[in-house]
Amino acid sequence: MEGTNNEYEAFQSFTRVGLDPEFIHLNDLRFKRIDLSEYSAIFLPGGFSAGDYIRAGVIFARRLADTSLQDLKRFQDEGKPIIGVCNGFQVLTETGMLPGWGDGISREIVLAPNDSSRYECRYTFITMEARNPLLSHGMSLKIPYLIPVAHAEGKIRIINPDKNLKKLEDNNQILFRYSTPEGSEGGYPWNPNGSISSIAAISNGDGNVIGLMPHPERLFYHYTNADRSRYGEVAVGQRFFTSIREYIVMKGF
Amino acid sequence: MPVIRVDVEYLPGVEDPEAITILKNLKILGYDTITETRTAKSYEFRIEGKLEEARSTVDEIASKILTNPVIQKYSLQVVDP
Repeated sequence: MEGTNNEYEAFQSFTRVGLDPEFIHLNDLRFKRIDLSEYSAIFLPGGFSAGDYIRAGVIFARRLADTSLQDLKRFQDEGKPIIGVCNGFQVLTETGMLPGWGDGISREIVLAPNDSSRYECRYTFITMEARNPLLSHGMSLKIPYLIPVAHAEGKIRIINPDKNLKKLEDNNQILFRYSTPEGSEGGYPWNPNGSISSIAAISNGDGNVIGLMPHPERLFYHYTNADRSRYGEVAVGQRFFTSIREYIVMKGF
Repeated sequence: MPVIRVDVEYLPGVEDPEAITILKNLKILGYDTITETRTAKSYEFRIEGKLEEARSTVDEIASKILTNPVIQKYSLQVVDP
């Protein structure tokens, strides 16, 4: 798909934890050059696919759904990881795979323009709010992690929030919230976009489809951390991708 | 060949950051009488075939792709039947 970014960082991150990633183009799916069932995980990168025209991620989502919705659903039903970061998250919400309540198109959640009306490209903190099978081998609940964000449309809006926000919470689908360095919920600038309930990432009900706005693939090594002495020797990206590898190995995907 | 226009706008109550920014800056520039700004996006499609089929195609595109019902609504207008 034209207009993705950070796919190389994601590729490198998977390689660094000992996995064997491959780049797949939408046309590989369209012309059936590859078989998704032979893969262990799918990572949808960030960026500005198709220029983010119409709405961020919508064209990527429609093209992906047009070629491979059934294959993706099978992938999801088998418990294999499907991870969308930034624009990839927007793609997963536009396909309806997140929050994944309906059959196909569930559009309870959308990523709307940031409250600041700006592209927010900088660090913030996230804390893990729910136990997740993919991340339980490398990340801990309620620990604030320094992480980069870079988006203009990252504000999570929920239709019928009284009912659906509770449903997300009850299903343990709120995976990360933006937080202060101490781990408490803060407003702007910690929450860079005005997301409802400071949500930074959600998963589907089973936890194997994850969408997150921040970029763990941009901060793999601790020496690219803003302040190594303060934030430790293992950066968020290394934790994130190591945990996903552990999940894949454990499940035998 | 029919030409149909689709206007996509935010639902009432949905913040429109672009409109807020425009309004703020218009006030700075001295346009004090303006109390509200809304933005909308307009698409125009020229389509082969009869008007009714064209309208139904555009309606499908508008509802499935151009609009997210969580934050937006759309209206169709036949520019040229």
